[in-house]
Amino acid sequence: MDLSAINPLLFVAGFLVAATPLIFAAIGELVAEKSGVLNLGVEGMMITGAICGFATAVETGSPLLGFAAAAVGGAVLSLLFAFLTQVALANQVASGLSLTLFGLGLSALIGQSYVGIKPPRLGDIDFGPLADIPVIGPILFTHDIILYLGIALVAGVWAALKFTRAGLILRAVGESHDAAHALGYKVKRIRTMAILFGGACAGLGGAYISLIRVPQWTEGMTAGIGWIALALVVFASWKPWRALLGAYLFGGITQLQLNLQGAGVAIPVEYLAMSPYIITIIVLVVLSADKSAAPASLGRTFHASN
Amino acid sequence: MKLSTLMTSAALALGLASGAVAQDKTKVGFVFVGPVGDGGWTYEHNEGRLAVEKEFGDKVETVFVESVAEGPDSERVMTQMALDGADLIFTTSFGYMDPTINVAKKFPDVKFEHATGYKRADNVSTYSARFYEGRAIQGHIAGSMTESNIIGYIGSFPIPEVIRGINSAYIHAKKVNPDVQFKIVWAYTWFDPAKEADAAKVLIEQGADVVLQHTDSTAPQAAAQEAGNVITFGQASDMAQYGPKPRVSSIIDDWAPYYIERVKAVMDGTWESTDTWDGIGPGMVGIGEITDAVPAEVKAEALELKDKIASGDYHPFTGPINKQDGSAWLAEGESADDGTLAGMNFYVEGIEGTIPQ
Repeated sequence: MDLSAINPLLFVAGFLVAATPLIFAAIGELVAEKSGVLNLGVEGMMITGAICGFATAVETGSPLLGFAAAAVGGAVLSLLFAFLTQVALANQVASGLSLTLFGLGLSALIGQSYVGIKPPRLGDIDFGPLADIPVIGPILFTHDIILYLGIALVAGVWAALKFTRAGLILRAVGESHDAAHALGYKVKRIRTMAILFGGACAGLGGAYISLIRVPQWTEGMTAGIGWIALALVVFASWKPWRALLGAYLFGGITQLQLNLQGAGVAIPVEYLAMSPYIITIIVLVVLSADKSAAPASLGRTFHASN
Repeated sequence: MKLSTLMTSAALALGLASGAVAQDKTKVGFVFVGPVGDGGWTYEHNEGRLAVEKEFGDKVETVFVESVAEGPDSERVMTQMALDGADLIFTTSFGYMDPTINVAKKFPDVKFEHATGYKRADNVSTYSARFYEGRAIQGHIAGSMTESNIIGYIGSFPIPEVIRGINSAYIHAKKVNPDVQFKIVWAYTWFDPAKEADAAKVLIEQGADVVLQHTDSTAPQAAAQEAGNVITFGQASDMAQYGPKPRVSSIIDDWAPYYIERVKAVMDGTWESTDTWDGIGPGMVGIGEITDAVPAEVKAEALELKDKIASGDYHPFTGPINKQDGSAWLAEGESADDGTLAGMNFYVEGIEGTIPQ
């Protein structure tokens, strides 16, 4: 065992990066679910965002344009889900699952000519002297702008849901779409917007994987991160900061177990490998003991005639 | 499952509807563990499938399902393929072993071929390639080129196939560089680019300047490229797009001749349950171009090693070799038998760490 081989600064910086795709996907899904829509297509929207972002970044040479395209790509794909569930009144679970399958196929199709290409690199923000602060500097001030955007997004969603009128309406639609409808709110329009927001966020999360975390394009490269994000929303009991905490916990322990393995720690590897899932679940289950229930209308189809 | 698979199924349904035409064809199914675009393992199996189509044209019809999880899902996929009239089904991952045997029992008229497993039946053959021969060459280059003397190894699952590769690479790295040390990280996945990239980064952070992998994507190459002064090897597929550096050579799986031969056997009615384990000599394992990033004398030594293995003059597991605990395994000049290799569940002397059991 050689624990000195683990550099704590690199480790923390590494897990912030590993957690970021999860944060984006989870916060987008959280908003959609708060409006009463259960979209199981997160994985499909992420992978679509991953290839849209990758292709755009390669073609234009601009990673930031890539991220913008990823958000648009994810949102456009989620539009399909919005059409199915809000206009055609299809079952949300089935529509979401098919969205994932469709997204995986579509991304493979778009990505055929992008295998093995190196994307343009998005540089870290220059914080000047801040980055030179011991310990804190290398951990907090050596990242790209998208990582900070993820954290800002969590704060923004939290504040919007808690303090703004728009947030109140969104929650009302999620709790009781009939009551919201009776009050004159456009339930379908609001839900469609929430779905689009969720799609855009998932797309950004996907592009973070293909442009920064890996960075390359490979078919199916999100490999289940969208599903973890879905679970995270439930375990975080639909609270933005807990979703952030869960993502850091998951990313942190994933990195830690790889680091410990590399350092030759004598804990059986199977325990290390499953620890991110177990510890994240335990912590979030304990936190969710405050009986925060799911939005009451979650997954239910709304039609004005009901 | 991706769009083309769905379209294949749709086309298949149409084909069945048109009746007798479909009956004449030999139908061959493939079950893949990753997406065909993974750039590694599944990519090469799919190349083999395409070669079968090219060879037999209208006489054969192939179907495949990709990204099938090892476990109950795979059993369902195989059953469906058999019900849909497949004559021959290739299942291409170690974890499909028991599902293949289970489904084969239910369909005695359908032939099955399981890659990298060891369980056979009257209608189940096994086939694999001697990747450890290629790993010996990788180990030689890795040991010669490392400056930090730390070689990182990303393992997928602790099965004999992977352990054999680690041992083979270690033995040959150690031969040219007695100070070499292996850091092994188990990813517990065959294909998860984000995790593979993380594993590669962690190994690099901990001082490795060579990363070997036994997972299927090209993510470790991308991570090494990012880090700059690290070398990697193509796994299963050439991964030449990462040359001349970080990818300095590769092990390539070439399944096409085998697949063509087996499909032909089904067509001729001569198919029998067999166990095939071929290496560099017969061409099932190929060594991708060794790039100019490798010093000329190392390259020459590596090619010489390759020739000696191909001709059978040299076996990568030739004694004296002790097991990790110091007990004797192979005496001077003795080479390992296939049975021991197939079930290898121990590290050789010098490797640190324990194998997850």
